[in-house]
Amino acid sequence: MAEHHSALAHQFDDLTQQWDASTFGMWVFLVTEIMFFGGLFAGYAVYRSAYPDAFAEGSLHLSLALGGTNTVILIASSLTMALGVRAAQLGDNRATAWWLIATLGLGSAFLVIKVFEYHHKYVEHLIPGPGFLFEGPHARQVEMMFCFYFAMTGMHALHMVVGAGLLIYFILQARANRYSPDYFGPVEVMGLYWHFVDIVWIFLFPLLYLIGHRR
Amino acid sequence: MSTARAEPRAEAPADYLNVDYGIRSWLLTKDHKRIALLYLASITFFFALGGAFAVALRLELITPAGDLMQPETYNKMFTMHGVMMIFFFLIPAVPAVLGNFLVPLMVGARDLAFPRINLLSWYIYVIGGLFTLYAVVAGGVDTGWTFYTPYSSTYSNTHVIATAVGVFILGFSSILTGLNFIVTIHKMRAPGLTWFRLPLFIWAHYATSLIQILGTPVVAIAIVLVGLERLFRIGIFDPALGGDPVLFQHLFWFYSHPAVYIMILPSMGVISELVTCFARKKIFGYGFIAGSSVAIAVLGFLVWGHHMFVSGQSIYAGMVFSVLSFLVAIPSAIKVFNWTATLYRGSIVYTTPMLYAFGFIGLFTIGGLTGLFLATLATDVHLHDTYFVVAHFHYIMVGGAIMGYLGGIHFWWPKISGRLYPEGWGRFSALVLFVGFNLTFFPQFILGYLGMPRRYHVYPEEFQVLNVMSSAGASILGIGYLIPMVYLIWSMRYGKRAPANPWGAKGLEWETTSPPPTTNFEKTPVVTEEPYIYSHEEELEVG
Repeated sequence: MAEHHSALAHQFDDLTQQWDASTFGMWVFLVTEIMFFGGLFAGYAVYRSAYPDAFAEGSLHLSLALGGTNTVILIASSLTMALGVRAAQLGDNRATAWWLIATLGLGSAFLVIKVFEYHHKYVEHLIPGPGFLFEGPHARQVEMMFCFYFAMTGMHALHMVVGAGLLIYFILQARANRYSPDYFGPVEVMGLYWHFVDIVWIFLFPLLYLIGHRR
Repeated sequence: MSTARAEPRAEAPADYLNVDYGIRSWLLTKDHKRIALLYLASITFFFALGGAFAVALRLELITPAGDLMQPETYNKMFTMHGVMMIFFFLIPAVPAVLGNFLVPLMVGARDLAFPRINLLSWYIYVIGGLFTLYAVVAGGVDTGWTFYTPYSSTYSNTHVIATAVGVFILGFSSILTGLNFIVTIHKMRAPGLTWFRLPLFIWAHYATSLIQILGTPVVAIAIVLVGLERLFRIGIFDPALGGDPVLFQHLFWFYSHPAVYIMILPSMGVISELVTCFARKKIFGYGFIAGSSVAIAVLGFLVWGHHMFVSGQSIYAGMVFSVLSFLVAIPSAIKVFNWTATLYRGSIVYTTPMLYAFGFIGLFTIGGLTGLFLATLATDVHLHDTYFVVAHFHYIMVGGAIMGYLGGIHFWWPKISGRLYPEGWGRFSALVLFVGFNLTFFPQFILGYLGMPRRYHVYPEEFQVLNVMSSAGASILGIGYLIPMVYLIWSMRYGKRAPANPWGAKGLEWETTSPPPTTNFEKTPVVTEEPYIYSHEEELEVG
């Protein structure tokens, strides 16, 4: 038996088992998340196949530049997150903290851009509900498309906010020199979550932004 | 002891109950056994509340005319009966109480993998419960527990949002419990405890957990979408925008049909333990029972459309769902046949838990077979939304799930409380429950077959005799639930102290003291043999 590490919870025999359980736990949680977003994706699939023209028309009103920028930002944040996990595995708490701060910065930039996009939609009366104004043959179905836009990106943004909050916690932990080559599991688990949220966006971006720009 | 001031608790070793008596030690506990008791108290509260609504329903239905309450009130009563019983009692009942208590003990672990998340799940449950209680106090909700759109999203004037928020929040407690069990079963088994040495209770909870983590998030998002539609008029189920209200039913039943298996599978796990222990015989067909739990969990996800045979889904979809629904009967029957085969030439002891097990097998068989009538497209068109359906699912969810729950509570009560319950009262109340249950719900099969629709507060006069029988049975059933509540509480103080293994049962949970110490085992047990090595020779004396 290894010496009793301060991070070892009483229900586990050793740190390996603890790391194993927490990583596996996060994977199980991500399966749950997939099913959660899956309900929205299923609804999207049903309505997009029912109203392809309206969805394409609505898509034209999304800003490809802002959405594209956000995609690049998120991919970059995945890189910094991965580098942060690696630094934690090596026990380099200083580097871990800095990489996580970079990730937090990129995540925040994503959210700020998202706020600008939402504001744009508000100005253009594209927020579904009584204030929705749209000229065209498929006005009501375009409104439906925007329901999905806000539900899906909103749910994604909510996950980003949660992720940002968690990052702050991990940055503080890294600055307190908590991680070492035999205890880095939590950062890795955080990384899994962050990458998952990024991957959701990788699906959202083409499904929402790119379906109108076919020519 | 030579000292004059002998310590009062000198002979009582520290266990999880007497280690600390402060209120904080309960509300901030990370001990899975204490959290199980927190759940036990809270689900009993919701069970009593849901039962009170049922009393109101049965009182109203004694006479054909609507003389006790307005139709709107009646709608609220059956809705809140359903919401309380399904979401707040049946779904958490066995997993959150017995599962929470037993999963770590049975796998030989000191606790679940994530004790803090376990405590969090109870608080989430309580917060969800408070939202729903608020909805009840503020005037109730009348959509039925199914929240069908567009009624729930557009037309109902009752407290749909508060109830939906409550159910949404509650879902996370279920997810977290399932997640905890899956990780614990995978990663924390004692040395030598291979997958096929696990108790069948664990297999059943593993299958249940799979449904909890895969199904619950889908109903969560469906409820969010209903809430958004109601609040902001942004409706993806709103036909005015080209939306489809039936899509809600798809998303809802994708969870809520498997949810029936969340209720019944853990009870099946309990029954497997009881039957083999009190037949004093190794369980027959261990592998088949274990596999059938997982098969039920998997098949359960493919049959949701059988709730929608008459809601306008395509006839071909209906046919496929019908065939798939029949398939669920196979693993269910495998379990019943294996339990029966276990009894064959066993040395059967008629203890209270065993009586509940017999009750379960009989009632579940009736409930399961009548399910086939409803899975058949042609007969379902006649029986849909009649009392036949009500009787069918009560045979599964009350006759099956609650019988298993009570059987398990009695079986493990000595382990949980460290006390023995009065066996004579136990047997008596098990019989009362069985009689009361059948008198309540069997007439409803006939009523439904004759065409009495569910969810109405009035009915034609020719149905009165059967309805009076049903209401009379309900009062017997109610007494059957009250008796155990009284004597179990009584036994916590006055019952005889329980030995470590009063039933001569196998399984790691019986190797530690009753009640167990906070860390469950003095030292981690090592498993060297198959489960359920019972033999007829071992005498079993039950008072």
